Amino acid sequence: MFIQIPLLILLLPLLGFLLLIFFGKPLSRYSDWLASGLISISLLLSVILLVFKLSVHPDESVTTTFDWVTVGTQTISFGIMIDNLAAIMLVVVTLVSSLVHFFSIGYMKGDVRYSRYYAYLGLFSFSMLGIVITNNLLLMYIFWELVGISSYLLIGHWYEKKSASNAASKAFIVNRIGDFGMFIGIMILFVNFSTFAFESIFESIAAGQLPFGTAGWLTAAGLLIFCGAVGKSAQFPLHVWLPDAMEGPTPVSALIHAATMVAAGVYLVARIFPMLTADALLIIAYIGAITALIAASIAITQYDIKKVLAYSTISQLGYMIMALGVGAYTAGFMHLVTHAAFKAGLFLGAGSVIYAMHNVLHKQHDHHTDAQDIRNMGGLKSKMPITYATFLIFTLAISGIPLTSGFLSKDEILAGAFGFSTLNGHWILPLIGFLVAGLTAFYMFRLLILTFHGEPSDKSRIEGIKESPLVMTIPLMILAALSLFFFYSFNPFGASSGWFYAAIERPASIVPELLQPASNSLFHGAVSSIHTFAMILSILIAAGGVLIAFAIYQWKKVSADQLAEKAGFLYRGSQNNWYFDEVYDKVFTGGILFLTKVLRWFDENIIDGAVNGIAVLANGVSRISGWVDHNIVDGLVNGTAATADRAGGLLAKFQTGKVQTYLVFIIFSFLVLFILIL
Amino acid sequence: MTEFSLIQWLAEPGLNHFLIVSAILFSLGLMAVLSKRNVIMVLMGVELILNSANINFIAFSRFTELQLDGHMIGLFVIIIAAAEAAVALAIVLNIFNRFNTVNLDDISSLKG
Repeated sequence: MFIQIPLLILLLPLLGFLLLIFFGKPLSRYSDWLASGLISISLLLSVILLVFKLSVHPDESVTTTFDWVTVGTQTISFGIMIDNLAAIMLVVVTLVSSLVHFFSIGYMKGDVRYSRYYAYLGLFSFSMLGIVITNNLLLMYIFWELVGISSYLLIGHWYEKKSASNAASKAFIVNRIGDFGMFIGIMILFVNFSTFAFESIFESIAAGQLPFGTAGWLTAAGLLIFCGAVGKSAQFPLHVWLPDAMEGPTPVSALIHAATMVAAGVYLVARIFPMLTADALLIIAYIGAITALIAASIAITQYDIKKVLAYSTISQLGYMIMALGVGAYTAGFMHLVTHAAFKAGLFLGAGSVIYAMHNVLHKQHDHHTDAQDIRNMGGLKSKMPITYATFLIFTLAISGIPLTSGFLSKDEILAGAFGFSTLNGHWILPLIGFLVAGLTAFYMFRLLILTFHGEPSDKSRIEGIKESPLVMTIPLMILAALSLFFFYSFNPFGASSGWFYAAIERPASIVPELLQPASNSLFHGAVSSIHTFAMILSILIAAGGVLIAFAIYQWKKVSADQLAEKAGFLYRGSQNNWYFDEVYDKVFTGGILFLTKVLRWFDENIIDGAVNGIAVLANGVSRISGWVDHNIVDGLVNGTAATADRAGGLLAKFQTGKVQTYLVFIIFSFLVLFILIL
Repeated sequence: MTEFSLIQWLAEPGLNHFLIVSAILFSLGLMAVLSKRNVIMVLMGVELILNSANINFIAFSRFTELQLDGHMIGLFVIIIAAAEAAVALAIVLNIFNRFNTVNLDDISSLKG
């Protein structure tokens, strides 16, 4: 049950990929249904697996391993580990993936590389599912890189566009930076424990073994592996790839940049959570908080509908990472699940809007107006009622308004951060958390109002807008339903009584006692004492954000332009992503270019000089050596020959050729010997 | 010490007498080998040397305890001398065929 089903879930998308990559041309017309069918079977199996897991084995993690490679005495095994975390994640990934498959049938209709697109979706789903079910770090790293390459392929799907191919490269390279750290972290653990399996590593650490014998290395290993999560989950300072990755098709953004790939980092942190020390967790929490704040502050001024969503994704990922860092493990993972649903919905909703806009602009032969710019929209509410209704639910969810799933998870995160600060005084974490909650509510409603409410900027354009086909709206409705509270907990104001909290429990820390973060019971005590206060505060702040958005964009009480002018450089900074790309360009690209110039100068002058010097030197040496050869060595050789010649000439004189002379010599010698001996 | 008397010494032939004869014969043979120009003469000198050796063998056989050993070797020498003469004459014939002379002074193609 726990071998065959996960393997099937994993391999069905791979089968789709292989079929479509090799038989894409003949299957082209059916590739959508083939791929969607396979991933739907995976979804069905995942749901069965989850229900079975939660009802029959709720407290176990089931591991099955096969030996994979044996090198000397070292065996690397391929293992499948199904615990509640993995089972839930499987459903999330296959669900979002299959909805994106169906949505794409409408959105990607008539694309030049239709079957190729579905093939890559399959490859991506396969790699992502691999990350979820594996039981060891090496395989996770392999699938991790597969996710990297398939996201590269998907982001660069329209590679004829220069910006798309650049964005794909950027995503891949920035991810590689994080993966490099992750690989070093894995190797530190492997060198010390000679195993990649999570369980064995945790057992060794729990038994008191530390990498290289010091606690510092344990913190370092945890943070290095976290580097991988920083890259994949677009955390500060490697968050720059995600906004650019919006160049990919919108359903891909929904799949990769909302629900799966970026969630992989959070999932990784959740997997290695027991071995993280208090120091590592604190740094992780701060990185999450900084990411959440930076991304939210950028999102409030963006005009591209997908850019707003991209920055909001980064911001929400920051929340999740911060939640894990402060020890609100369940809340962080729950936010991952709820966010996957509503953010995938937001992206698909945006896709639906862009699709409609694009069709209208295409009919009007207008190729200059940007189909993604919210300033060109407005008043779409009545034209696209289903998209609007679902988008509203998603917006409410991400803003943390009660009765939605987002409220449940976000409230728990804020309470967790607050509780954490009461334990050790890091009050800046909840401060950022609440601030970002307000900003989130503000920029999401700004997006909603500018897109769907108000007056259209161009009447004739809006007249032509039509609601998207059912194949696109049904996934939206499913996701909207999943963004409501009752899927996660029957109590709309607290998740802790629901099945999710029962299924996912924060694992006990296994690091040495001195390095442990605040224990589970201590943390829960701190959280429950301020929970109600945090909840009321978060509702008030979210409501405040919504009200400000309405005041500025709906009722026009305050002019947005005047505000922007007053904010001055803050506004420009936010508008330009706080100049991260420019700074990175100057510092890293420029730095490397400068370095190459220095190296080139070094090459041309010093290395070449050295090489030429060596050549001259060699020339001189060979001249001397040649003279020695010619005069001394040859002289000796010729001298030897001449001596032999002369000696021969001398001895030849004895050879008279006359037998009697020889006889005389013989007798003479004989006589001499005779006399000498006697 | 008894006085040496030549007459008496000559009258009683012993080992030394034969050795002296043999030495004279050997010297004559050697002289012929070294000084004669004709190959045939040289060969005859060789025969003389062989025969001087034969005299030695027989003399030692007669005046020592060796009994017949000397006679046997003497017979061998005679036989070998015969064989040698046959081979040597064949060689001489070949030399004559090639050089058209048997004068040893003219045959010096081994000169270094």
